[in-house]
Amino acid sequence: MTADDRFNKDFRHSDRDRFHVSRGKIITGPVTDWATDFSHLDPRWSADPFPIMDDLRQRCPIAHTERFGGAWLPTLYEDIAAIAYDTDRFSSLGTNLSEFRPPRELAPIGEAPPITSDPPFHHGARKLLLPAFTKTAVAKLEPGTRAFCHSLIDGLKGRNVVDAAHDYAQQIPSRVIGDLLGLPPEDRERFHELATNLEGEGKQSRDERIEHMGRVFIYLLAEVNKHIEQPRDDLISYLLNAELHGRKLEPNHVIGTIMLLLIAGISTTYSAIGTSLWHLAGHPQDRERLVAEPELLPTAMEEFLRAYAPVTMARLVKDDMHWRGVDMKADDWILLSFPAANRDPAQFDRADEVIIDREGNRHAAFGLGIHRCLGSHLARMELRVALEVWLERIPEFSLQDPSAVAWGGTQARGPKTLPLRIR
Amino acid sequence: MEVQIDSGRCQGHGRCYDIAPGVFGEDVEGYGNVPGDGTVPTGNEREARLAVASCPERAITLIEGA
Repeated sequence: MTADDRFNKDFRHSDRDRFHVSRGKIITGPVTDWATDFSHLDPRWSADPFPIMDDLRQRCPIAHTERFGGAWLPTLYEDIAAIAYDTDRFSSLGTNLSEFRPPRELAPIGEAPPITSDPPFHHGARKLLLPAFTKTAVAKLEPGTRAFCHSLIDGLKGRNVVDAAHDYAQQIPSRVIGDLLGLPPEDRERFHELATNLEGEGKQSRDERIEHMGRVFIYLLAEVNKHIEQPRDDLISYLLNAELHGRKLEPNHVIGTIMLLLIAGISTTYSAIGTSLWHLAGHPQDRERLVAEPELLPTAMEEFLRAYAPVTMARLVKDDMHWRGVDMKADDWILLSFPAANRDPAQFDRADEVIIDREGNRHAAFGLGIHRCLGSHLARMELRVALEVWLERIPEFSLQDPSAVAWGGTQARGPKTLPLRIR
Repeated sequence: MEVQIDSGRCQGHGRCYDIAPGVFGEDVEGYGNVPGDGTVPTGNEREARLAVASCPERAITLIEGA
């Protein structure tokens, strides 16, 4: 067997991020009119986007902004679904809406395959990851996740008020995904921070972004090299051995996929856990009912995912076109808001209400079409276990001060600070 | 009652085998499948209907009375 020397070579253009292009002038500051000047970076959007979405759905269902070099925001379920399904006209090369568009030269792999890949490359890149993320595969991680959640609650002993975002929700996915990838447990804080900074890219300057991507890359490359020296039973070793069309993966593919799993598996899931706890803290009737009827949790959880879907994706328009009444230009962004789709009254009865025993909940929190969240079974397991353990151990809790809850996340929205009174 | 999954539409959300494990199964990649000829076992009709109504991709067809 020959040594794996893919990662010794100069496989990455040292300055590849210089190709990231921005169009037009950079517009900042508060939004003036959400229909013509929207921005997902406006703090009002992360604080409470739902009234804004509802208003847009009524008066301007495909909103536009000159910011970010031009972007569109559809708020009707049917438009959002149509874009998710139409991979011919909408590209996933860019999924993080910012001033900078990834260069087309990065296709077909993109920065973080397979989420940044279009067909036909996408299919194989996704297929090789699927077996690791089935319901059956992630069920093996449940006992460890449950024990970890209990240890977090043990750590809250003696306190009357805790930050359920920092002290609980945020700890869980970093641990689960870190162990799955095979990153050292002592690095958890570090990769949590790396992932959180990556997610905030919309708010960063170009230089900050390039510097940060470089830091993540160096960290992951070192971990990859450790796995080449000493293969283990984890996802990094699996990716190093994986083949696509009879060949080992390109080094940028391996690093990009690790980066994807790290980013997509952390803030998304802790946002869902935190938001669910926030809802229950503020709605004692729902909390009491779930404590009394724990078998309702899987149904209630789907409703939290519908009503407070954390994840918004983005697409890039491939070519100039007239689409459902608007003139889109090549390389315009689409902010693909699954949270907006999930609040469309044309799709859901009483869409603006949280009904914890809602059945037949066809929500789109994990996306629609070929990019359906690869980790949805893992996320559901973590969310269910996190809520089960919390409700079992701390059945009574409330918001210590509703105004102290801090919402954040540009494309993975959730509470960043969540002070709860637990006794 | 009979169910069929359109494999061209199924994306592996797994709502069907979560909600109606007596009716649907998962394959090694997480896509839903229907063991046997698709006949819903007696007593599983309600969960089969719920699973159909919960599929985000509208990939399941249900034939009543079949």
